[in-house]
Amino acid sequence: MKAGRPAFDPVLLLAAPALAYMAVVFALPVLVLILRSFGTPTGPSITAYVSFLSDGFNWRVIGNTLRIAALTSLLCLALGYPTAVALARSKGAVQALLLVAIILPLSVGVIVKAFAWQIVLRRDGVVAAFMVMTGIWDQPQLLLFTESGLVIGAANVFLPFMILPIYSVLKLVDPNLQDAAATLGAPPLYRFFKLALPMAMPGIISGTAIVFSLAASMYVIPTLLIGDRFQTLATLTARAFLLMRNEQLGSTTATVLLVLAVSIVMLSSWAVKAKGDSR
Amino acid sequence: MTLTERLGAFFVWIVAIAAAVFLLTPLVVTVLVSFGSSAVFTLPPPSLSMRWYQRLMTLRGLAPALVTSVQIAAFATLVSLVLGALAAIALARTRFPGRDGVVAFLTSPLMLPGLVLGIALLQGFRFIGLIDVWTSLLIAHVVITIPYAVRTLYSALGLFDFTLLDAARTLGCSPAEAIVKVLLPNLAPAFITSAIFAFLASMDNYAVSIFFTNAWTKTLPIQMLTFAEEQPDPTIAAVSSLLIALVLVLLIVLERAIGLRRITEV
Repeated sequence: MKAGRPAFDPVLLLAAPALAYMAVVFALPVLVLILRSFGTPTGPSITAYVSFLSDGFNWRVIGNTLRIAALTSLLCLALGYPTAVALARSKGAVQALLLVAIILPLSVGVIVKAFAWQIVLRRDGVVAAFMVMTGIWDQPQLLLFTESGLVIGAANVFLPFMILPIYSVLKLVDPNLQDAAATLGAPPLYRFFKLALPMAMPGIISGTAIVFSLAASMYVIPTLLIGDRFQTLATLTARAFLLMRNEQLGSTTATVLLVLAVSIVMLSSWAVKAKGDSR
Repeated sequence: MTLTERLGAFFVWIVAIAAAVFLLTPLVVTVLVSFGSSAVFTLPPPSLSMRWYQRLMTLRGLAPALVTSVQIAAFATLVSLVLGALAAIALARTRFPGRDGVVAFLTSPLMLPGLVLGIALLQGFRFIGLIDVWTSLLIAHVVITIPYAVRTLYSALGLFDFTLLDAARTLGCSPAEAIVKVLLPNLAPAFITSAIFAFLASMDNYAVSIFFTNAWTKTLPIQMLTFAEEQPDPTIAAVSSLLIALVLVLLIVLERAIGLRRITEV
């Protein structure tokens, strides 16, 4: 055996059951699904994609999916980053309470959460009352069945998945760095943009990637909070398989959704790597 | 502290409190509605009552759905912890090019839209002729739960000092004893953490399960959505309130036992 080529370590065999399971039950079916969207009675072709992409309605569906996912990620980031900072700075009982507020909602199913938001977002709901009380709105408005309502509900469900990755990165940052920079004369805003934010960036990027792909593929939340007339790739995929029984269309939309989700995740992991190399 | 810093700290806490209130809103609403007397979802409830909790006892289909969900979640968590722990040990103990890729592959179902996975598996099961609901659900839910097991156990093993096992051997432990007495106690928090996340992910799964359930065998989320569609009344709020209470008790026990802070170390 040549030098530099390590001997096979038998410990690696321990990974075999998990890898075999995931190859057969996960990778293979997904691969077949992708291939099926190219399949026609006369052989492989891209007609399904050509007809899918030549329909203006489908472009609006793709636009809806991306817009809702982006807005949800933005709202989660705006709320999640400061919360992660507070979580990293706090100690003892305050930290435990914040953690309960973040973890406990994970125990409530997404269906029940969507129902609760249906109540809150109604014209006579809590949000409308608050907006009128603070004078932002002149009169109560219906948030349910609007895109804003959908984004609020989705951000509520996915917020923990933004906070936890950012927090796990912030926890590793040495708090003395801030003091050191301050001692050396760096002003607060400079410290934020040149020190705190770049350090948190891997967490921010991975949190955003998770929330984006969750929001792009959510199905229950739009069904309950906005209804049938607003279609995303995920709801269209579900309709194609569960209602229309159109497997070709379903495979096609599923593949488009998969490609979008995978490219977001790959872009973000590439961004984390680039970030790490530039340090 | 300068003024800017104070403003910054103030802003951070205001947003954190707002986020906590935002996160807990649906939970508070659910609990309030479950104790209300009104059959339509109104807030604040006109008067308090326990009628929805009493109705739980008579609701057909709820208990079997709960049993199915707990069974599937428990078995899926168990299988994925065993598979995930073995894989995590293998990956943490060896170095080879592409190791990150293998970890990414094992955790990738987290990133895959649940519907896509459900459809892919449905077609796969149909192809091999598998029609049993319970078996299909279990096989599918293992795919959903494995990422949680691998992710948490792999990062915990990265922090574990494997020379401790050699030290235990030197002190007279057999290999099995060394693993049981040294490795497992060290990994206990990671096992608990990944078990919680895996169990909850399986219990809450809708997008994958919808393809495998039928009129006779349903999981809890699917049964709840059926109830909600057939007769929307606060009974589902009562079910969820009980689940919230259960998880709250679990979190308090965990905080006492190992500290919630360690749970998030993933």
